[in-house]
Order: sequence, then C-alpha cells, then structure tokens
Amino acid sequence: MNLTLKVWRQKNAKETGSFATYQVRDISPDMSFLEMMDVLNEQLISQGTESVVFDHDCREGICGMCSMFINGEAHGPDRGVTTCQLHMRKFKDGDTITVEPWRAKAFPVVRDLMVDRSSFDRIIQAGGFISVNTMGNLPDANATPIEKHDADAAFDAATCIGCGACVATCKNASAMLFVSAKVSQFALLPQGQVEAADRVRNMVNQMDLEGFGNCTNTGACEVECPKGISIENIARMNREYLKASLIS
Amino acid sequence: MSTKLNSRIPEGPVAEKWTKHKGTIPLVSPANKRRIDVIVVGTGLAGSSAAASLAELGYNVKAFCFQDSPRRAHSIAAQGGINAAKNYQNDGDSVFRLFYDTIKGGDYRSREANVHRLAEVSTSIIDQCVAQGVPFARDYGGLLDNRSFGGVQVSRTFYAKGQTGQQLLLGAYSALERQVAKGRVKMYARHEMVDLVVVKGKARGIIARNLVTGELERHSAHAVIVASGGYGNVFYLSTNAMGSNVTAAWKAHKKGAFFANPCFTQIHPTCIPVNGETQSKLTLMSESLRNDGRIWVPASLEDAKAIREGRLKAIDLSEEQRDYYLERRYPAFGNLVPRDVASRAAKERCDAGYGVNKTGEAVYLDFAAAIVRYGQEQANLKGMHQATESEIVALGTKVVASKYGNLFQMYEKITDENPYTAPMKIYPAVHYTMGGLWVDYNLMSTVPGLFVAGEANFSDHGANRLGASALMQGLADGYFVLPYTVGTFLADDISTGPISTDLPEFAEAESASRARLEGFLNSKGSVPVEVFHRRLGRIVWDNIGMARSEMGLKKAIAAIRALREEFYRDVKVLGGMYEMNPELDKANRVADFLELGELMALDALAREESCGGHFRDEHQSEEGEALRRDEEFAFVSAWEFTDGDPGKATLHKEELVFENIKLVTRSYK
Ligand SMILES: Cc1cc2nc3c(=O)[nH]c(=O)nc-3n(C[C@H](O)[C@H](O)[C@H](O)COP(=O)(O)OP(=O)(O)OC[C@H]3O[C@@H](n4cnc5c(N)ncnc54)[C@H](O)[C@@H]3O)c2cc1C
Repeated sequence: MNLTLKVWRQKNAKETGSFATYQVRDISPDMSFLEMMDVLNEQLISQGTESVVFDHDCREGICGMCSMFINGEAHGPDRGVTTCQLHMRKFKDGDTITVEPWRAKAFPVVRDLMVDRSSFDRIIQAGGFISVNTMGNLPDANATPIEKHDADAAFDAATCIGCGACVATCKNASAMLFVSAKVSQFALLPQGQVEAADRVRNMVNQMDLEGFGNCTNTGACEVECPKGISIENIARMNREYLKASLIS
Repeated sequence: MSTKLNSRIPEGPVAEKWTKHKGTIPLVSPANKRRIDVIVVGTGLAGSSAAASLAELGYNVKAFCFQDSPRRAHSIAAQGGINAAKNYQNDGDSVFRLFYDTIKGGDYRSREANVHRLAEVSTSIIDQCVAQGVPFARDYGGLLDNRSFGGVQVSRTFYAKGQTGQQLLLGAYSALERQVAKGRVKMYARHEMVDLVVVKGKARGIIARNLVTGELERHSAHAVIVASGGYGNVFYLSTNAMGSNVTAAWKAHKKGAFFANPCFTQIHPTCIPVNGETQSKLTLMSESLRNDGRIWVPASLEDAKAIREGRLKAIDLSEEQRDYYLERRYPAFGNLVPRDVASRAAKERCDAGYGVNKTGEAVYLDFAAAIVRYGQEQANLKGMHQATESEIVALGTKVVASKYGNLFQMYEKITDENPYTAPMKIYPAVHYTMGGLWVDYNLMSTVPGLFVAGEANFSDHGANRLGASALMQGLADGYFVLPYTVGTFLADDISTGPISTDLPEFAEAESASRARLEGFLNSKGSVPVEVFHRRLGRIVWDNIGMARSEMGLKKAIAAIRALREEFYRDVKVLGGMYEMNPELDKANRVADFLELGELMALDALAREESCGGHFRDEHQSEEGEALRRDEEFAFVSAWEFTDGDPGKATLHKEELVFENIKLVTRSYK
C-alpha cells in the first residue's frame, strides 16, 4: 500500500518543531509500524534528508522504548500492543497517518519522536525498591509462602514496561498509572510492607515534583496501556497514601 | 596452554574451590573502597546487579547504557525462566546435577571450575530476587513454582509467566536506582562506550559518546567492567534487540582483551520465520512449545512445492504424507532434542527442498494432536463419552490456550494466522552467543583491571547454552562473583588515588574516536548503513550459521573483507557529530560487526570438529550427526588482535581439563 505520513520533526529540546509530510510506497501489510518507519528512513537518507529519530529496541513489546503517538493514540489504533507490535495491516492503502512524540511537560522532546522519560527513573529512585543489599545468606526463598492470588496480582502490576503511554494519553499528563503499578506490586507482597508508608509518600511526592498532572479518573490510561495495567492500582495507591498520611 | 593465558583456577576439589578462593581474596576496607572508582558498561542483568552490589559495598560506581533508561537493557526480553539448583520439587536436583547438565549441554567445551561455581551460587540468586520483590510464579500453597526447560530431566526453572527477564531486570534495576538515589552510583543513560582506555597496561577508563549531545566524554576509574551483552546482531536478523552490539567488547579486544570462541553461537529452533526483505528482527517462540507441538514437513517434494505455491494446505496432508523428522531421526527424544540438534534438522529438511513457506525456510509446529489428546482427556473427565470431534477439539483448544495463550496471540499478531486451526510455521534464528571476551576464574580479561560479565564473556556455556541459564549466569556474575573477585585486582589500588582524565592515554583514545566518527560523516558514499548491515548478516548467516564448511568459511572471509572495504568507501551518514545522530552510532557499531564477522569465520575454520552450535560439514557421522574431536580440540580458542587486522588474529589455546565429568558423545537417538 501507499501512505502519506505526517511526522513531527524537531531538531532538539530547544528548537520548535513542525510536521513534515512524506510519501511511502509499496508497504506490505505484514510489516510492523517501525519497519515502515525504517523504510521511510532509508528512503530519506538516499534523498539526502536526515532520518526520523525515534526510540526503539527490543521490537517485541517489552522494553518500553518505542513511544509514538499515532493518529491521536498512544501506540496507534490496535489495543494491547506497543508501536513495534502494531502491524501495517491495521491501515489501508491511501491512508494519511500522523505520527507525534509523547506530549507531556515531564517528557521533554529530545529529537523528533524521541522524548526524555528520566522522570520515571527518578520516581523509582524515590522509593520504587525494597531495601535489601546483595547477600549470600538471606532467608530461603520459600521461607515465606505468598498466597497465589496476591503473587499473581503483584505480578500483573509489575508487568508495566514504563513506556509512558498512560501519561501521553491522559489529558492532564498524569503518571498515576505508572506510579501506582509499582506501589501496588510491593503493597501486595509481604517483603514490601516495612517501607510501605515512606515508599508511597516519596514516590507521589517525586511524581508531583516532576510536573505530572493530576488524575481525574477518566480511565483513558488503562485503555491505552499496552500491558493492560488496571486502574484498580490507582485505587490501591490512594488507599496506601491515605494509610501513610494517617501514620505520619 | 598458551603462556599468555592464566585461567587462575584455584587449587583443590571442584566443590571447594569457590569457598576457599573467596576466603583468600584480599579484602578492601570500607574506607578504602570509597577511594576506588569502578565503571560498569551495561545495565542488563549482569551490569545492573554488579553496579548495585559494588555500590552497596562502598565503591564509587559509574554505570552506562545506551538506552534511555537502565531498565530497558535487552535482558528485559527474556521469556522462559532462570535455573537454580534449589531442588524444591524434590526430583533429585542438586548443585552437582546442574553442574553436570551445563557441562554436558555445552558439549564439553567449558571450564569445570567456573560452571561449578555457577551452580553453587544459583540458589542464592533466587533468595536474593525474592527478597527484592520479584514476583515469581507460585503454586496454590504459596510456594515457588518450577518448570522443566530445555530437555533436562528435572524441574529447576523459576519463572514469571513469559516475562522472567523483565521481572529479574526490574529487580536489579530497582536495586541500582536505590544506589543512584544514595549517590553511590552515577548513572549515564544514553551514553555509548566507544573505546577502552588502557594506562600502563591496566584498564583505567572509557571514552563514551553522549548520545544526546554527541560530545565525547572521558571517564576514568580503577577498574572497568564490561557487561554489554551478546553479539548476535552480527547476523543482522536475530532475536536480539535492535541496539545490541559488540562495540564495547570489540574495542576492548582491540586494546588487548582476547576474544574467546567467537564461532560458538546459538541458533534457536523455534522462531517466527523471515517474511520479507524489510524485516528488521526475528521473534522467538518459547522453547516450551516443543513440549506439545510436533514438528514436520511434507514427505514429498511435490507436496512441499504445492504448499509453497499456495495450491495445498497443511491440513490437506494425511499422516502418511507428513514427515515428523525429529521423531523419525531421534526416537528417544523426539521433538525435545536440544536446540542445536533441532535447528540443524530443520535446516537439513529445508535445504533439501521441503520448506513450507514462500521463502522455503519454514517447518510446521503442529498442535492438532495435542489439542485432540487434551480434548479427549477433558471429555473423559467430564464423562462425555459420546463427545463429537468438534467438541473434543473445543475442549482441547481451551487447554492449549491456557498453557500457551500469550504465545499463540503473539504469533497471530505478527503473522495474521490462527495457530489453533493451522500449524505454526517456524524456523531457527540466531539467539545467543556463547563466545565473548576471554576471562579467567575471577572474570578478568587479559587486560588487567578489565572484567567482563554476562553474555559479553565466554565463560560458562561452552559450545551450546542450556535454556534458562543465561539469566542465571548474568546474575551470578553481578551479584555473587564480581563483588568478591574485583578485590583480587583492586586491593593494589587503595593508595593510587583518582585516575586523571588528563593522561595522554585518554587524549589519544578520545581523538582516535573522534577521527573515526568524523570519518563516517565525511565519507562521500551513497549507501545507508543499514544496507551494509543486512549484507553482512546474509554472509554470516549463509556461511557461519547452522552448518559451516572450509569452502564456505573461506568464501565468507573474502566477502567480509570486500564488504568492509566497500563500507568505508561508500557508506553514507548524514547529520553532524554534536547532536543526537542514531545513524552515526549505527555506523560505528556496524563497522565493528564487519571486523568481528571475519574473526568468527577464522575461529570456525580453525575448529576442525563439530561441537554444540558449531557444526562443520566435514566432521559428521554417516547419519549426519556431529563429530566432536576431544583429543585435538578440547580447548578454548582465545584470539589476540594482531597487526591491526582481524584477519591476522593470533590463536591462543586454553586446554580444558575434565577432572569430575567424563567426556562422552551426546546421543539423543
Ligand atoms: C528473546 C530472548 C529470550 C531469552 N530468554 C531467555 C530465558 O528465558 N532464559 C535465559 O536464561 N536467557 C534467555 N535469553 C538470553 C538472555 O536474555 C541474555 O543472554 C541476557 O539477558 C544477557 O544479559 P546481559 O546483562 O549480559 O546483557 P544485556 O541485557 O544485553 O545488556 C547489555 C547492556 O549493555 C549496554 N551496552 C551495550 N553496548 C554498550 C556500549 N557500547 N556502551 C554502553 N552501554 C552498552 C546496553 O545498554 C545494556 O544495558 C533470551 C534472549 C533473547 C534474545
């Protein structure tokens, strides 16, 4: 198929950007969206135009690098996939596709479609861990059984890939889904109890410092999350936060 | 043994070596550790765990990765699981058995002492990860669940659904970020090591390119740990992440670190086949599928041709018209033979003209029999004695979905075909590299002060890695080996003081790196980097892939040398040096792959035997099985970069001594 692409081009964080329009031809429906972008880039280089910069690495939906806002949707029109897993069969010959970076104050554009998500790392630094050093003589892994239901729920929360689609989708650019997934993972496990109050307080505090917006319960984040992280996590985090404020 | 190689294997019985050795390594006091800087290149399982552990001990750590966050290292993509000799299932597992399985699985080309240590520390890894909050799968009693993996006879694999690598890496990443918060680790994301700096024979720093600004930065330390992952992307198409590269390891090689067993690469049998020229990477379908899927191709060439041309479908063929070639050739193990054997058998059939997709490079992985078997079982359980065929199929489909649902869905997303009703098409793909920088028992390379961990070193998997053992090795190296063994080198550095980045060695390395990068930008060529990478991959895959021959390898060497020349003459890289420029970074990586490819061919040529993932056409039995030649080839090949030319590398041999395990021929018949 032949497509028209309107792609956001921006040299660096300081300069302003704008859309550029490109044509790509003979795109196979079996290609992934990023492979289509590769075709575009090879074509641009041959014409002497610098290629479009975008983040990508594993190309199987788990590293969380790819981050395109396609036709107004984070990771494009398919559900439960990242951009690298989106296939061109979701589009039709002759379509015009608009491709933008994540837009959020806390995710400044680095170049073109690439943004800076180090704010997520700083939120984890604030408390997204269990304070245990590397030791050879820890209690045996089976010393504390954990109810399967809790272990599975902790796992589901822990599958967040930190891509930022939730932020990009939210009209307030809130990071509640991301933060609550990490808080929930540890809140559901006995290992996480000791530091629970500090963790939720510090992580929420850092989230606010980074300039993410408030949650107004639209639920859009859950819909666009490629890993199906549930907004139940946000409710759990709110409870944890309330508990923590009662303690302090 | 070469005089230049000292493996520093401690004396004593294999089961006591590590404990004794740990007890004799000189300690560095906490106050002195604060005066010692360590650079860690890479934040995968090996790098993150090493950086976090060393920082906890008190060293000043600087960690580097090229992704935007350490959490995105390629380890994140590992699916199946991690081995540990916990024997929670009470099925006879032990440290010795894991040790034995790993040596045998590696086709007797790894070092006993290292592998035994790996098996010993494996149990601590699981304790550590659970304490960090890694949500492993559990059973209804709340205890950790295990599965059997990769054809071994015990269930020792711990897993977190199909996302084990992700969960382990997030555990190590959170330990790392905790140290970043404390100021013990300084994290440099979006930074790429482009050279190693060696001062008076010791590794004392790196040159890194800040990928956002394009600046070249000098970073000094008392020791450097390279944990930069494997080099599978030399094949262009592989299951590795797009950014995985050999540059850090290769630059170290050119500065004196020997490269061991470069030709030992693992081709995984069950991946989604290549579908076209523009494909950028290959996707793994977990090994676990072979527990229930039957692998076959049409028995006749005409049927295969008809299928390729779309005139016939898989389901049109009766049982007699199918060739279940693994079951035919290996009745004892059938579809569960090890990875190297399964991969070669698929290639043999496809080369003979029996392939089933348009490129002729695919075989079927068929679940129809499993669906009926499970369906019948369910029908019996439910007392449905008159169940119709379609009822049975519906019941069986449910069972298969509960076991492999996420994989089937992934397959369908990529291929747009429904694997419940038509067999999957699969083909082998490059997956893992057993070769890597040579290290001694302390994980130190031939450059003093340069340590190498994880997939980047050659250490533990011999000529073939067992499933679920790479994650184990990465975390063993980072959490439990390096924190001790770096002391063997750093104990002498407590009064060295900070290493200055104004030393001439830093200036030289920086200007050499700049000249090299500018060279790509100034090349007046016309061909994008990607094209060269793709062409290199084709040469390597065709000649240094699943089967190698003297003629093919010589051809590959000539072709790679010619391609390298063409690359420097004709590559086209746009943009500038001092900006974010992924094309420039790619050129720098592909340039190194173009040298590594040649060394792989040299190594494969020199190893005149078939073992593990290395199969030489000249060395096979009449039935086409691999012929190992222990008398002459029970050694590690360690290549020294010589005369500025990868083709002139000098071979050093580390003889392998087997004191605890008897060498026998692997047989799966
Ligand atoms: C699809 C897939 C599934 C797998 N499943 C399993 C499994 O189930 N079980 C198992 O045991 N193994 C599995 N493996 C293998 C295993 O995942 C890897 O061998 C292992 O994770 C490698 O870890 P590592 O820490 O050595 O390197 P990586 O995780 O590859 O990390 C490399 C790091 O080095 C950095 N880096 C590289 N070059 C540079 C440079 N020049 N400068 C700065 N930084 C650099 C990167 O940014 C990254 O942080 C799988 C592999 C694949 C591809």
